[in-house]
Amino acid sequence: MGVVQALLRAEGLSCEAGGRTLFRDVAFAAAPAELVEVRGPNGSGKSTLLRCLAGLVRPEAGRVQWACDFDYVGHRAGVSAHLTAIENLVWLARLRGAATSAADRQAALDGVGLGAARHDLAATLSAGQLRRAALARLRLGQRQVWLLDEPLAGLDAAGARALMALIAAHRAQGGAAVCATHRPLAAPGAAAGAARIVQLPA
Amino acid sequence: MSTFAAQLRRDLLLAARRPAEAANPLLFFLFCTVLLGVGAAAEGEALAGHGGIWVLALFANTLAAEGLFERDHEDGTLELMLIHARPLLAAVLGKLCAHWLVCGLPIVALSPVAAWLFLGSLADAPLLAASLLLGTPALALIGAVGAALTVGVGRGGLLLAVLVTPLQLPVLIFGVGAASAGPFALYALAALLAASITLAPLAIAKALAIGQEY
Repeated sequence: MGVVQALLRAEGLSCEAGGRTLFRDVAFAAAPAELVEVRGPNGSGKSTLLRCLAGLVRPEAGRVQWACDFDYVGHRAGVSAHLTAIENLVWLARLRGAATSAADRQAALDGVGLGAARHDLAATLSAGQLRRAALARLRLGQRQVWLLDEPLAGLDAAGARALMALIAAHRAQGGAAVCATHRPLAAPGAAAGAARIVQLPA
Repeated sequence: MSTFAAQLRRDLLLAARRPAEAANPLLFFLFCTVLLGVGAAAEGEALAGHGGIWVLALFANTLAAEGLFERDHEDGTLELMLIHARPLLAAVLGKLCAHWLVCGLPIVALSPVAAWLFLGSLADAPLLAASLLLGTPALALIGAVGAALTVGVGRGGLLLAVLVTPLQLPVLIFGVGAASAGPFALYALAALLAASITLAPLAIAKALAIGQEY
């Protein structure tokens, strides 16, 4: 088997929170088309691991190596309540210096089933819709790696299926996803196959 | 440039969507000016003059700085800005620029009212406006450093005031001094502005990054 260049490589990561060690010596790599599921009980540091990969938290030890750009959907949606779903997407795209067309944005929102509510203020959206608004930026951003913190939280059955399809399509195009999750995220029957599991201790 | 403009545009849009929140510090400035002005008139003498106006401008600025990063932190857009903005400083500057346009510039615009009520005439109004035009951005920049340091502390208002007021004192001193010391004080204010516009965004970017490590 040939050596595939990893998009993301974590080596010997250790993180603390409030003086307590969350995890020690976590190492994994994410190759193109790979899905990495970070598992572990509540409080085991799944979110912190993702924040560490995103560069928001500095690890106590170890390092994270990136070979590409990434997108992050964290525990907080990252959607301003007083802007519409479209305005939120426009802000982020311009912040990254990427030009997006109105059609791209529309397609991104349609893809998460939020097309009809695109001009509603995010404050009026339900929790699940807010999640969808956050996930819409994955499609628009076209980054090679997605970091997703509990992406299924708050989504209904249709939303969960749409997200799994979104991840499967992303993998089919050579993208990778790292997800903190309790439920398996690989879409049943998808060509991309099963996920690599990173288990965090209790 | 696109990063700067994107953040500036978004923050101005947000301020326009929440006018009551944006107007709060200005209403505070206006109310206090009118009340103190009327109170002084009833006593039959002019108030502290320039000093009074500057202290009110400083308090209004601290009031506005309190919410500068807090809501972005709560809804997660702050971490998105930290992750995606390239360069981050451009986004921070855009945010600061919007912040001053919403809470600093209107105070400069209101300063003739304050001059009339506090100083008894409009003769000093141009000088007051000029000194505030140089001083309020410096106050806003220093206040924003405090706001960045207290992100996530929750009800950090008093802590913020304790942190930044000592740093804002030079601005206050030269701002008030503009009335008597003339051009020298204005040059000093300009120098303080130049220093704060160079250093504050760096400190803010760093403080915001550290604030993410909970």
